[in-house]
Amino acid sequence: MPQELRIVLRNVGKIDALKIDEYLDAGGYKPLEKARSMPQEDLIREIKQSGLRGRGGAGFNTGQKLEFTFRAAGDQKYVICNADEGEPGTYKDRVIMQGDPQAVIEGMAICGYAVGATRGYIYCRAEYSYVADILKAAIAQAKEKGVLGDFEVEVCLGAGAYVCGEETALIESIEGRRGEPRCKPPYPPVSGLWGKPTVVANVETLANLPPIVEKGSEWFSGIGAPAYPGTRVLTLTGDVVNRIFIEAPTDTTVREVIYDFGGGIPGGKKFQSVQVGGNSGALIPESLLGAKIAFDAMAAVGATLGSGAVFVLDETRDLRDVVCRMARFFEQESCGKCTPCREGTMRIADICEKVSVGKGRAADLALLQEIGEMMAIACFCGLGQAAPTPVLTAIRHFDLLGGKGCA
Amino acid sequence: MCISMTNLKIDGIAVEVPDGSTILQAAQAAGINLPTLCYHPDQAVKANCRICVCEVEGQRLLQAACSTPVTGGMVVRTNSAKVLKARRMILKLILAHHPQDCLNCIRNQNCELQTLVEEYGIRDNPFELKLKGYDEDNSTMAVVRDQDKCIVCRRCVETCSVVQTVNALCVEGRGPGVMVTPVLGKSLAETACIVCGQCIHACPVGAIHEHEQIDEFLAAVADPDKIVITQIAPAVRVAIGDEVGMATGEMPMGKLVAGLRRIGIDYVLHTNFTADLTILEEGNELLRRVKEGGKLPMFTSCSPGWINFCETFFPDLLDNLSTCKSPQQMFGSLAKTYWAEKMEIDPSRIYSVSIMPCTAKKFEAARPEMNDSGFRDVDLVLTTREIGRLFRMFGTDFDKIEPSGFDSWMGKYTGAAVIFGATGGVMEAALRTVYEVVTGETLDDVNFTVVRGMEGIKEATVNLAGLEVRVAVAHGLSNARKVMDQVRAGESPYHFVEIMCCPGGCIGGGGQPITKCNAKRAERIRGIYVEDEQCPIRKSHENPEVKQIYSDFLHEPLGHKSHQLLHTHYAPKNKTIL
Repeated sequence: MPQELRIVLRNVGKIDALKIDEYLDAGGYKPLEKARSMPQEDLIREIKQSGLRGRGGAGFNTGQKLEFTFRAAGDQKYVICNADEGEPGTYKDRVIMQGDPQAVIEGMAICGYAVGATRGYIYCRAEYSYVADILKAAIAQAKEKGVLGDFEVEVCLGAGAYVCGEETALIESIEGRRGEPRCKPPYPPVSGLWGKPTVVANVETLANLPPIVEKGSEWFSGIGAPAYPGTRVLTLTGDVVNRIFIEAPTDTTVREVIYDFGGGIPGGKKFQSVQVGGNSGALIPESLLGAKIAFDAMAAVGATLGSGAVFVLDETRDLRDVVCRMARFFEQESCGKCTPCREGTMRIADICEKVSVGKGRAADLALLQEIGEMMAIACFCGLGQAAPTPVLTAIRHFDLLGGKGCA
Repeated sequence: MCISMTNLKIDGIAVEVPDGSTILQAAQAAGINLPTLCYHPDQAVKANCRICVCEVEGQRLLQAACSTPVTGGMVVRTNSAKVLKARRMILKLILAHHPQDCLNCIRNQNCELQTLVEEYGIRDNPFELKLKGYDEDNSTMAVVRDQDKCIVCRRCVETCSVVQTVNALCVEGRGPGVMVTPVLGKSLAETACIVCGQCIHACPVGAIHEHEQIDEFLAAVADPDKIVITQIAPAVRVAIGDEVGMATGEMPMGKLVAGLRRIGIDYVLHTNFTADLTILEEGNELLRRVKEGGKLPMFTSCSPGWINFCETFFPDLLDNLSTCKSPQQMFGSLAKTYWAEKMEIDPSRIYSVSIMPCTAKKFEAARPEMNDSGFRDVDLVLTTREIGRLFRMFGTDFDKIEPSGFDSWMGKYTGAAVIFGATGGVMEAALRTVYEVVTGETLDDVNFTVVRGMEGIKEATVNLAGLEVRVAVAHGLSNARKVMDQVRAGESPYHFVEIMCCPGGCIGGGGQPITKCNAKRAERIRGIYVEDEQCPIRKSHENPEVKQIYSDFLHEPLGHKSHQLLHTHYAPKNKTIL
């Protein structure tokens, strides 16, 4: 029986989020102190060697990101915490921010010191306004205690666009413009917020930093899957007995997540599919449940780990309805900037609707595939590139015209 | 200076391009033209249409050629099966959300989307045609927006906000509902839009165009009671060739005049005549302001887009504008007074058509104050594009047509009037005259080359018999704004400033043949100066018909008649500006 391992959630449920003293008593801000006693290069090397990779979905080595930002020339640098948690079924960042906001702020301050940034922004989705209040209170307490030194943190609220989870769209939004992705390169570590070198990191990534600094890279890199060490905070939704959040090492399999942590499928029904990583994740069939919840392991089965959402579908769910719903989501959330995403999401949704009412034909599936494959390689940003994934994987692994069951 | 170079391979061809070049530029160097829609050579890279995507070895994703910088050893495939498949799918997607009424579209055969669809052999489309169902916006009566045709490339938005700093257009909505639209949910006329029409040149399709008035023209020439007269603006000749299959600047004036007679115009006169007249009025106005301590710097007032801009964005500086009407409107009021008298024609029968490189001229002619002749001074304004269409409709063969001359009294002009069509031209024309009037000496060299060319803001100091006159020339309203901000801050060092609304001046006006880039504007400017060189008279005050109108009718510059017919006033527009 696999066990939870709480690194990111070390304090969640144990301390009062709005009492910084409790965080300090639990050893909080000692890592920041330690970090600041190290030369920046050493600190970055330590984080790099820990093997920590971004928990927002792209899986980029965090230490490397810090190194790029550190090396980039700029009179001002920034640290942005991406708290625009918009993937349906995902609430891990909320749990972290509500339960242990100081861990996120401390993580930001560690990044700030590492790269030479004195200002940080937490970009929090507008739907989490109550979380923003907690963050603001936590920032005020940290400031009062003087633990942040010269590092200033501010909370920015989004305006409801899913695309603002994409780091450059997020930056545009902070700057007061439409939330739309920018051309890359240059990447944010070279030219980010206000054109300055910027680290953009996910809430969960940042919350990992204090323990890594405290216990060292060797400790961290020994946990979970070697190429994607550490843990992931997962949120279980859908047809699963325990609709809970867990934190498990990255060598845990999807099957273990569903059956051991999740308690399996309720009502004696059979498993049909699971979507890991949010709306843009693959629909995974039973045969691939042995995949580990690590970046490369998921990629190897044509899926993504993404945001860590685990959405389980039992045998009674009509996949035609499921993919149609997901396709409409992307049609609505496409920012409309690039042609393939703007037009493609709409056409995919239209065809999915046709399929869902039982009027689909083989030619429709072929067309869905053709649009989807084009979008996956031609869209401007990750949103459009990933948007066709549910449809494409439903076609690959299931009998989509029939609506259910393995092909 | 040594430029460092990058070597790469495109479709098997080894190319060497300067560091920082894009794949698009490298492909051009290799002799491969990639398809583009959102790309514009004079604008920021947008990379949103994705039609230029290419395969780069080692990359899973296709890369937009317009935005991807080359790297050493890069291997690019611009036309692989994967690439062509993606491009064709993208074209089908655009097409299925775009009215496919090419046959009656104003941009038929001059549309970047249509061209690509032809080039990529799109014969059928699996997608059902979906239209957005917007109404056409013709609220300005000069620039029309047909939103249904918009493919959201955003080139117009950049032109409006960056080149012209007007900010009348924006992007709204998201997903398939995203649209380019006048700001704040208003109609175009309710925004700060100055109807310069630069967005028309930026548009790759037919989503923005001039308010077309060909039907009104045809009705007028068919009406036996009407005497149709016309004036042609100085910038039209160098550009009209684009409309009738002739090279830029190659259309001989005589053939153009003959062509205008063919389409039913009774008398062909020239705006250049009133351009020369403008120099006399404006030059004297400047001297009077300098002598009598009037408001300085004085701004030129020929460009109606610029006037709209000043009334909208700088209403506090309207006293700095010359009170001279534009040459078009001077012509309009004189045609129905002076010319009618000379010709012994009842002015109520005159239907005055002006042929302009400009969309804002349509607006200007319709201004309620422009009726000093007792009638509407200019009845109809046709753009260069509309005249081009009429020439084609009338089957005008410019190779075979016999040249013709202008009609009397308001048809003679000098090289100084010709150069009104280019940025710096009004300034140069004014200097040629003012110099001689003030110094009493003859200019050895009439060429004030310092004020010529595509530089955004040009400055010069001219010594006029001991008086140092400081002048500036700005074109494109982002440049005008810089000069104006300086004036507003009380820091302007100038006496006289020429401002033309459109980049390059009128040769790049919103009514000209679709002008894809500034290089084209520069080409037309060259054509303008060639014509100036060829003119026997190159100073406005030496125009014999101008001398005649002063002796027979106006009597003196800034006199009573001039005041009545040739000068105007301005009023703040009180519009919401962003």
